[in-house]
Amino acid sequence: MKKTILTTTALALSAGMVFAAAHEKTIRMGTEGAYPPYNFINDAGEVDGFERELGDELCLRAELTCEWVKNDWDSIIPNLVSSNYDTIMAGMSITDERDEVIDFTQDYFPPTASAYVAASDAVDVTSGVIAAQTATIQAGYVAESGATLVEFATPEETVAAVRNGEADAVFADKDYLAPLVEDSAGELMFVGEEVALGGGIGMGLRESDTDLKEKFDAAITSMKEDGTLNAMLKKWFGEETATY
Amino acid sequence: MFSFCTDPDTLDQARWLACYLTTGVHLSFYMSFLKVLGLLAVTAPVALGFGFAGAMVARSHIAPLSWIGKAYIAIVRGVPDIAFFLFFVIALDQAFEYLRHKALCPDWDEPIRQGRDFVVCQAAKLPLGNAPQWVHETYGFSLAVITFSIVFGAFAANVIFGAMRAVPRAQLETAEAYGMTRRQTFWRVLVPQMWVFALPGLSNLWMVLIKATPLLFLLGVEDIVYWARELGGTKTPRFTDYPHGDWRMWYFLGLLVFYLAFTRVSEIALDRIMGRLTLGQATAGGEAQRKGAVA
Repeated sequence: MKKTILTTTALALSAGMVFAAAHEKTIRMGTEGAYPPYNFINDAGEVDGFERELGDELCLRAELTCEWVKNDWDSIIPNLVSSNYDTIMAGMSITDERDEVIDFTQDYFPPTASAYVAASDAVDVTSGVIAAQTATIQAGYVAESGATLVEFATPEETVAAVRNGEADAVFADKDYLAPLVEDSAGELMFVGEEVALGGGIGMGLRESDTDLKEKFDAAITSMKEDGTLNAMLKKWFGEETATY
Repeated sequence: MFSFCTDPDTLDQARWLACYLTTGVHLSFYMSFLKVLGLLAVTAPVALGFGFAGAMVARSHIAPLSWIGKAYIAIVRGVPDIAFFLFFVIALDQAFEYLRHKALCPDWDEPIRQGRDFVVCQAAKLPLGNAPQWVHETYGFSLAVITFSIVFGAFAANVIFGAMRAVPRAQLETAEAYGMTRRQTFWRVLVPQMWVFALPGLSNLWMVLIKATPLLFLLGVEDIVYWARELGGTKTPRFTDYPHGDWRMWYFLGLLVFYLAFTRVSEIALDRIMGRLTLGQATAGGEAQRKGAVA
């Protein structure tokens, strides 16, 4: 009897330890939640979108427990560096400036086309007033293009600025703008040339977090190889989107 | 929430609206009102405590203590709120984690600062990495309370410091003439009389505090302004069952009503407190009350 109790206790203890080891760390995934189709808040109040689906699949493949966290775009990098969460999946393009502060996995979205959207097709995008979200590659591009840049904290506000005439055009990722143009009943339209910016979208990680980076890199590679990433891209961005 | 909400496209306006206003995101929006009220309910007394302590320290007769109090008031009042919220909260969080790291993980051999990164052992994380989301939110909320209290405490300290000097010198001299000690004079004569001078300044602070809550989102706490902006933004049919245009104006109009109502209630409450505090004071208000009572 005594022996049975002892064995059971030992078993329970070791099982507990295995359980604890497997769950010792939850990977917290930071996102903005305001940039459909990449990431947005759905009707139920949860993070949803391409990056949610992709992130969950990556965590599954890397055998990690993950949890989604919303954070303001402005402070999204400082909070990562300070370890308040462990990754950023927020439609963040890989750029040299950001790469100095944080690390990126390989891209899970090919280098994106950015586009101008205006309320009339007579707008000259190189000399007018162009809206862009603060601290994005698009804002940097507009500043150098000779146009007057007005910056906004959220993507929503950049488009609203065009609707109410505060800006002549908005410059953002084409995939963000496309559904808005589609549903505007001709009120909004693409103008000017599309511009390829950045080195694709990748997952942001702390520079010291090399283990995690390797795990996610491997998971992204496996998704690229078996075609699931392409299927996901087509599901969220339409048939014509760039794939791997 | 309602049983008829399964296919919103087919509903008439009233029922569509009923469904729309009870989606999960809207419930989060309503919760955020409670969050803001809760924050104010906790922060106001704590900030007042900080303010009182700050003022007491600043007027101390021990020079170093007085310097500390004055430095606190000057520095916190001088730093812009938004910088304070971005920098201070992260620093505070890191300070907690650093202390826990030193205590809990003595045999950790990697440096805590790796380039720009701040890395502590898993056990020292605050809250623990595998804690449920509500723990993280509560922690963020507590950091918000502490930060708000320190910021508004500094302003309150300045107000109370001034109010303490505004108490007529004759009152204090009378107390001394009755043989009261410094401590007795402070608690029995100075403090009860200084509130009437402090209240106008403090009520200003309260009004500013009510409106400062959007800074919460910098700390990851989703407040009413965040939700109003998020919910009011254009929603395209691809990503929601309830598509609509730019409705931010309506949401912010709702917030306007909320804030105005809240301000009005505060004003009424503050007027009552002012009436209570003025009673028997050697001020114009007190004089008016005395005359009113006689007539």
